Amino acid sequence: MDFGFTINAPRAIYLDKIDPTLRDKIIARERTTLLCIGCGSCTATCTTGQFTSFSLRKMQHLIRRGEYDTVRKSLQECMLCGKCRMVCPRGVHTRAVIHAMLEVL
Amino acid sequence: MTQERILVIGGGIAGLQAAAALREEGFRPLIIEKSPATGGHVARWDRLFPTQLHAREVIDTLNTATDGIESATGQEIVSLQSDGTGVTALSATGERFEGRAAVVATGFDLFDARLKEEYGYGMYENVITSAELEAMFRDGKVTMRNGEAPKRVAILHCVGSRDEKVGQNHCSKVCCITGIKQAIELTEAVPGVQVTNFYMDLRAFGNGYEELYRRSQIENGVTYVRGRISEAGETIDKRIQLKVEDTLVGRPLRMTVDMLVLLVGMRAPKCCSTFGLPTQANGFFAPRDPYTQTVASTTPGIYLAGTATGPKTIGETVNEAVAVARRIRMDLKK
Amino acid sequence: MKYRYANWQEYSKDIADDHYYYARSCIRQNFFPGSEKAFLDILRNDLGMDVIEDPRHTTCTGIGYHSDVVPLDTTMAIVARQFSLMTECGYENYVASCITSFGIYSEVLDMWHHFPELEAKARENLYKATGREFNKPKILVHTSDLMFHVREKIAQKSVRRLVNVHTGEPLKVVDHIGCHYAKVFPKKGIGGAEFPYVLAGMVEAWGGQSVDYPERRHCCGFGFRNYLVQANRGYSVANSKKKFESMAPYQPDFIVANCPGCTMFLDRWQFTLNAMTGSNYAIPVLTYEEMAGLVLGIDPWDLGLQMHQVPVEPLLDKLGVEYDPAAKYLGKNGKYIGRPVDPAAYNPAAL
Repeated sequence: MDFGFTINAPRAIYLDKIDPTLRDKIIARERTTLLCIGCGSCTATCTTGQFTSFSLRKMQHLIRRGEYDTVRKSLQECMLCGKCRMVCPRGVHTRAVIHAMLEVL
Repeated sequence: MTQERILVIGGGIAGLQAAAALREEGFRPLIIEKSPATGGHVARWDRLFPTQLHAREVIDTLNTATDGIESATGQEIVSLQSDGTGVTALSATGERFEGRAAVVATGFDLFDARLKEEYGYGMYENVITSAELEAMFRDGKVTMRNGEAPKRVAILHCVGSRDEKVGQNHCSKVCCITGIKQAIELTEAVPGVQVTNFYMDLRAFGNGYEELYRRSQIENGVTYVRGRISEAGETIDKRIQLKVEDTLVGRPLRMTVDMLVLLVGMRAPKCCSTFGLPTQANGFFAPRDPYTQTVASTTPGIYLAGTATGPKTIGETVNEAVAVARRIRMDLKK
Repeated sequence: MKYRYANWQEYSKDIADDHYYYARSCIRQNFFPGSEKAFLDILRNDLGMDVIEDPRHTTCTGIGYHSDVVPLDTTMAIVARQFSLMTECGYENYVASCITSFGIYSEVLDMWHHFPELEAKARENLYKATGREFNKPKILVHTSDLMFHVREKIAQKSVRRLVNVHTGEPLKVVDHIGCHYAKVFPKKGIGGAEFPYVLAGMVEAWGGQSVDYPERRHCCGFGFRNYLVQANRGYSVANSKKKFESMAPYQPDFIVANCPGCTMFLDRWQFTLNAMTGSNYAIPVLTYEEMAGLVLGIDPWDLGLQMHQVPVEPLLDKLGVEYDPAAKYLGKNGKYIGRPVDPAAYNPAAL
């Protein structure tokens, strides 16, 4: 029925309803993704990030929250240069994380 | 040399260590404790950060060190006076204690989580405090109220800390690392449990804390979400529905957990306002200065040790308790 | 089951026993026209109280104010005029029938308390425009506060309790508190903002069981700006949907609300959701006066229950209320007032 408006979908991430399968596969492949504390060093140094909204920090958190579609789209932008790995203070194996995402998603 | 009596007000770890050190300095300490037994908060804890030592071992060490020292339990001091040559303390039951000097080692109160009404503590049966979780660890049985093991647990940092709404602007300092420790211990106690910590900032400042944080992520798979839970509600099956913003993703986040653990902070106890000593903005006693006079009050003859002057770790507390004995000896020699 | 928050008394307020100046709601008289009449009838006739009604009073400006078309100075001047009418009638206690109004009055009084120059300005504006002066009310309450205050007296005069006559079980009642009742000033609401007791207290006193559910504190979605603009109504209905989904597992027998907008939208949006999504929500939504009226044995059609979108008959049957089905859509003097469309048969083109 069209009343001239729709039922606005909530913006919330609903952890009760996400499918953890892909997330768990990525974590199983590259467990150091768990170490990310969101400092943003990777995104700050990222060549792609200088010109697009690409952010490994955000992608890692989106994966943790089951938001695969957004990640799938931006994943293609990574050029795998590995600068992020050099700056990560927590020792996240960032290239391996990207590879795990590329393979699993 | 006649042994001068020093009153030690409070029989927690600060009071116990101060008494032991005062005896070493040649004084005759008297421990005055409001509860029926000494040991304070630490005696009620299970294991301690950062090495997961059993709290019992700390208490045993201090009990051995204070063996033979006089103590008066069940005596809550309500007033403390110093006239420059001696101190007088009065208890709630009218008992009078006199000494050459006094060490105020009155510690802290745990924040009353009921004041944060939006988390439903005291009403929702599966919302508990970090102190209650320690009691569960000690009993070796972590369960929901219905006796079942939780599958999903949320730990909320900063309950009654960094919160002006409840008059607690200060950081309680030890809760972050306690939350990390408890998250690890939950995964050890309940196989397969998923633990999510909700935090505003993670302040893992001490030796070994950052290492414990890393371990909780990589070995125990603890999830950290940067966001403070704004509201908890109870579902029909007595689980807890949470509302929070995942600030790193920039979206609201919702989830339902079997148990919500509130990391309650340290609050200044009532005596901080009744002893007539100056206090800091956080409500705890003010040291004479925070650099070279951390264990002296502004009143001659009255000294301070441990969390009486604000949140501290066990190591810091015990160090202050040793220092206060030495400080008293140095001052009284003058 | 006893209400779960034993300490609701920590949030209680001064409620005078008698002598009130009554201010109606702008919209309730259209949405649930029997409620305000029932309020006056119950207080005056059943309980012998003195409540004065004054045809000179106007809107509090709440809807205009919250929709950004009435400036604050105007709102304060109009609130001042309402108080001057109260003063002129010789009353000191003010009871507002609308939650938005209650919020407006509370906010204005609070602003005047903290910024006396605003009060002086409002007094000056009112005097210049109308020559009127006023005293501030000694007691300001919402009609649900007053109903809560007399709940035991109503219980004594009741002819039935909120109990399912077929099973003997207490009815499960979801309460919904208007946001401007206690979320603005938790101390001005009975039970505070997190565990409100104003409606739950009535439900308990009259034999029902209050249901606490996860989204109990969530806004109904009414939100002035949300419903006034058609394209924004999706936000409004989405909030109500969230609440219905959250309360559904408890299988409530009815919802009781203390805000005109909440009562309206929790009732009407069920129809809308059923039409848009194929759901079949049918939870009757009552005002607290309607709930009191049923307990006191007032005829449901005299209470105006035929004006509800969600049919109330299943609830009346549970309560054992006798009613004449044929009289449902007959208004005053037996005039046919029309009947609502079934959601499944709803066709906007046919209207």
